[in-house]
Amino acid sequence: MESFPLRQRLAAVVFVALACALCCVRATPAQSGEDRMVTTAAPGHSGGRIVVALRSEPKTLNPVLAQDAPSRDVIRCMTADLIHINRETQKTEPALAKSWRVSRDGRQYTIRLRQGVRFSDGQALTADDVVFSFQVYLDEKIHSPQRDLLVVGGKPLAVEKIDAETVRFELAQPYAAAERLFDSLAILPKHLLENSYRDGTFSQSWSLSTSPAQFAGLGPFRLKHYVPGERITLERNPYYWKEDQKGNRLPYLDEISFLFVPSEDAQVIRFQAGDTDILSRFSAENYSVLDKQQATRGYKLYDLGPSLEYNFLFFNLNDLSSKSLPEIAKKQAWFQDVRFRQAISAALDRDAIVRLVYNGRATPLWGHVTPGNKLWVDDKIAHPGRSVESARSLLKAAGFSAKSDGSLVDSHGNPVEFSILTSSSNAQRVKMATLIQDDLKQLGMNVHIVSLEFRAVVDRLLNTNDFEAAIMGLGGGDADPNSEMNVWLSSGGTHLWHANQGQPATPWEAEIDRLMQQQLVTLDYAKRKRLYDRVQEIVAEDLPVICLASPNILVGAKDRIGNFQPAILDPYALWNIEQLYIH
Amino acid sequence: MILFAGFFAPYDYATQDRESPFAAPARIRFMDQRGHFHLRPFVYASSNHAVNMQFFVSGDSYKIAGLFAARAHLFGVANPGRVYLLGTDGYGRDQLSRFLYGGQISLLAGLLAAGLSVSLGIFVGAISGFYGGWIDEVLMRGGELFLALPWLYLLFAVRAALPLHIAGWQVFLLLVVVIGAIGWARPARLIRGVVLSAKERNFVVAARGFGASDLYLLRRHVLPQTYGIVLTQMALLIPQYVLAEVTLTFLGLGVTEPMPSWGSLLSSLQQYYVLSSYWWMFLPALLLIPVFLAYYAAADALQERWKSVSL
Repeated sequence: MESFPLRQRLAAVVFVALACALCCVRATPAQSGEDRMVTTAAPGHSGGRIVVALRSEPKTLNPVLAQDAPSRDVIRCMTADLIHINRETQKTEPALAKSWRVSRDGRQYTIRLRQGVRFSDGQALTADDVVFSFQVYLDEKIHSPQRDLLVVGGKPLAVEKIDAETVRFELAQPYAAAERLFDSLAILPKHLLENSYRDGTFSQSWSLSTSPAQFAGLGPFRLKHYVPGERITLERNPYYWKEDQKGNRLPYLDEISFLFVPSEDAQVIRFQAGDTDILSRFSAENYSVLDKQQATRGYKLYDLGPSLEYNFLFFNLNDLSSKSLPEIAKKQAWFQDVRFRQAISAALDRDAIVRLVYNGRATPLWGHVTPGNKLWVDDKIAHPGRSVESARSLLKAAGFSAKSDGSLVDSHGNPVEFSILTSSSNAQRVKMATLIQDDLKQLGMNVHIVSLEFRAVVDRLLNTNDFEAAIMGLGGGDADPNSEMNVWLSSGGTHLWHANQGQPATPWEAEIDRLMQQQLVTLDYAKRKRLYDRVQEIVAEDLPVICLASPNILVGAKDRIGNFQPAILDPYALWNIEQLYIH
Repeated sequence: MILFAGFFAPYDYATQDRESPFAAPARIRFMDQRGHFHLRPFVYASSNHAVNMQFFVSGDSYKIAGLFAARAHLFGVANPGRVYLLGTDGYGRDQLSRFLYGGQISLLAGLLAAGLSVSLGIFVGAISGFYGGWIDEVLMRGGELFLALPWLYLLFAVRAALPLHIAGWQVFLLLVVVIGAIGWARPARLIRGVVLSAKERNFVVAARGFGASDLYLLRRHVLPQTYGIVLTQMALLIPQYVLAEVTLTFLGLGVTEPMPSWGSLLSSLQQYYVLSSYWWMFLPALLLIPVFLAYYAAADALQERWKSVSL
């Protein structure tokens, strides 16, 4: 799946109010001074290995530099963060941090580390490692993709060591759910990486050619070997800091292998053939192919319901006065009329999209927060059915009229004709465009579909603004509204319909700006929810994006895998890899 | 049939029947479930609801040769019944209609593009082979440069320079020009080789000795020897170009939805779920086999004919 170049992957998100922030974790009776975390999953058996497919080879194994999904998938198994978002509950929980305290103004986080935690090479974790890690993430010369997230209110996070087990973080302004910032920020071993950081060779460290002995992480697995072009194998980390309820040290699996299988279809075939044990996130069409053999081939498929991804149609509302695009500027008179956008929304057959594009394995959307986002979805958003009549009356009110041959013209007699831009590599969105084209034909609109290669689409959307309407999808990352700041703020770079505005162009954009800024500094969940509900209502009313559907998360796993609990947050199937075991 | 696709196709290529995506082909029957014979063929719209086939019916409007509007179709069934002889695609669109309409673009574009690239090939190859020396060097190195160019990136640039939406006939011209212009270098090299050997033949040397002009030599003695290779090239290139259109569509330079082309009908087979679940999606591919065989046969026959003429 393709997602937009957002920073949302690791983005800070949601709630977890102060009460939760003060919580402590049940500590194990300390054995040899080791303070292990007890997991809640059913106890399993040790041993065995599983095989998983990756879309491509990881580009790096350096957690600070990794940007691509395959790299991140592998790194996630080898590293750990201070505070972690539980993919099942979508809430934060302590990880390497045993507990943390938030100051009354919400700006200071004091984190106490778990005692006796060791890296996978046996070295102990100390506050120095944490301080070093954040120093690297925040170093502008390193260009870490995570750096942006750690800059709050224009200032980078300040990190300070209090004692060997305590670290204090300070933010420039209160920031709701700041503990979500820590998710997926891997803590690095200072003893292995400090030299390369001092030499300025950090960007070459921990590449695929680095020998396994040079790595050490805090994740459930550590690197065993890498076969270029074929696979990367991880082995059990004997020092891992989690245990099950019986006191057995996790993980259960001895080994996990990632095979490089380049396309989804190829991954489906490998899974069907039994070469891989888990298939993470695949299309609804392939679900129906795999479904038939569930019983005979010994695997089980899971439909987890709507993801966080929302696909939408939007119009070019950019200020084109400085660009020579007179044709599009003329059509903007239609696009800017909210009744025109409402008419289009009313005329769309969202059920047909769900049925034909996703084989029914999707949820129609009228707002941008999907039902999968349990904590933040606003249930009050109306779900009107398709109504060509109400679309016609809205268009009539906006001065459009139908000619005798049924084609629609505006008040100046110009025929209503525009094109929808989609990425040709995303078959689902091309399909949606084809259905929308047919829906709008019934209103007398002549819609063309322009499908281009993905980078050309992004260039037109964000740089040249040479498009009329487009279909896009967003929201693959975290559930918290903060991960979408860039989309909803009128000054945001991913405010697709009119990006990077100096001043909000419309009153409703100004209101969204105000609400989003306010929720950012509001620490109380209920208050934040009210603010974000209002954002959702404005979006559903003014329709800068006309939401279409959210695909369900579909995963599959062999029957013999125990504790398999896929979640709708990335990494859908592997988030509890340390708890998986073989029956 | 392809030329009059509108008449032979029961539906418009874009008509969606959203209730029946991936419907299996309808079987035309004469015997009903009770074993009674009917003179008029019929199909089952649902498991026990039979609808008679009707001939010369009025249906979706279309244009003949882009000029005359018409509504007559060879066959159809009374509304609300639908008949899909080759089944439907994921939008519930009739595959037979799409195949017929798709042929209009693909056949003509393939033929013209192959014609264009082979003509360019003959022109460049003949000059380069016949004159040799520095002309040969320049043209052939130029051709190699052409082969080595990263076309994908050039096509990105071409697409970026074009307007957002490209109208139907422009797409067609674009396809012909882009495919034809990219493909000339290979036939040119082949033809140069043939010309190179032909010009050393005794009768050519003799004709030159009698004072024949270059143009006369080329036209009368040299080029006729390349017909064999020209025809084989044409026959090979046309199917290739029908598929090349898929790549161009991906880059936004080909036909887009809902317009069909043979390339796009075939490309849907590249998806695993189509391949494994809906066998009737192969039918267009099967229909293409005789079409391409006919091309080869025609090329063969032409070659034979030229041989006998030139002897």
